[in-house]
Amino acid sequence: MRRFSRSLFAVLAFYAPLAAAQVMVEDPWVRATVPGQTATGAFLRLTTLTPARLVAAKSPLTATVELHDMKIEAGVMRMQAIDEIPLTPNAATELKPGGRHIMLMDLNRSLAVGNKVPLTLVVEMPDGKRQEYALEAEVRALDHEAGSAPAHGK
Amino acid sequence: MMPNWRALALSGLLLGGAPFAAAKSPSAGLPSAGPPTAAFHAMEMHDADFARDFRLRDAEGKVRALADWRGKVVLLFFGYVQCPDVCPTTLLRAARAVRLLGEAGKQVQVLFVTLDPERDTPPVLKEYAPAFHPGFLGLYTTPEATKTLARDFRVFYRKRPGRTPGSYSIDHSVHSYVYDRQGRLRLSVDHAETAEALAEDLSRLLQGE
Repeated sequence: MRRFSRSLFAVLAFYAPLAAAQVMVEDPWVRATVPGQTATGAFLRLTTLTPARLVAAKSPLTATVELHDMKIEAGVMRMQAIDEIPLTPNAATELKPGGRHIMLMDLNRSLAVGNKVPLTLVVEMPDGKRQEYALEAEVRALDHEAGSAPAHGK
Repeated sequence: MMPNWRALALSGLLLGGAPFAAAKSPSAGLPSAGPPTAAFHAMEMHDADFARDFRLRDAEGKVRALADWRGKVVLLFFGYVQCPDVCPTTLLRAARAVRLLGEAGKQVQVLFVTLDPERDTPPVLKEYAPAFHPGFLGLYTTPEATKTLARDFRVFYRKRPGRTPGSYSIDHSVHSYVYDRQGRLRLSVDHAETAEALAEDLSRLLQGE
């Protein structure tokens, strides 16, 4: 925990505008698409200092952005839109391949490696107030694996 | 896990003249931990009366059947391009396994069959599968024939409506099938299998097991 606190502090210091609002976003990325592909996933780590809920995401690239949950049960992948993702204070909530993620749908152009995708996260605080956080997610290769740095293929 | 005696007996026969028979000795050359076992990592299929063949089109419109790749080991996976997650992960694993095999990887053909022919048009398929490995091939058929095909291959899929007509997702089975060089269905590979384990299984089939 101590180690975590230190790194949290470091990142908060780095993301000063977000720190003020007590939400930290790390490593946001979007999976590249091929021409004609109209949907893809966005992934990131979210940490808050207070309990909160991620209730929506938006992007100027498409009007259809959803929060999705994905499960594999009895050999079948089941995906469904969900209304919110609860954020536990001081613990990173991971939106990653194989689990909950942000879905960008009805895209009308393909996303190439290196593109930046503007995303706005809508986080609802315990008092019911909604705060928006704008960020840019980097587009990574279609065959990018979660957790690996973009420059390394492994 | 119980060894499959029938598979053992069969592979013993087939391995008689195989050039890589030495690799058959328990744990020889296999870096992975675990007890020596003759069982494949993936679930073995024997004399399956389903998933025997298909008639699909590739992105160029050419009709393709399993027999087109006789002599190669074929890995077949059903999915859809808009899939954010399982499909890229499965194709990525297949690509890694093929690369782990080095030169022998050229004897493995990976086929991606779309469960979403409405959106996964030939131009999309043409770009998608090779994005993971240049040799991978995307295949499709009509929406009606896709239903029949999935039933015959025991692949479950169901559209889940989205907020807009074009934003539906598809729940679907996540296993891959592997056929040996003679075109016989041999393995059903779970999505959780590693690239290394898959490479070992493919290697054994390439050696004639």
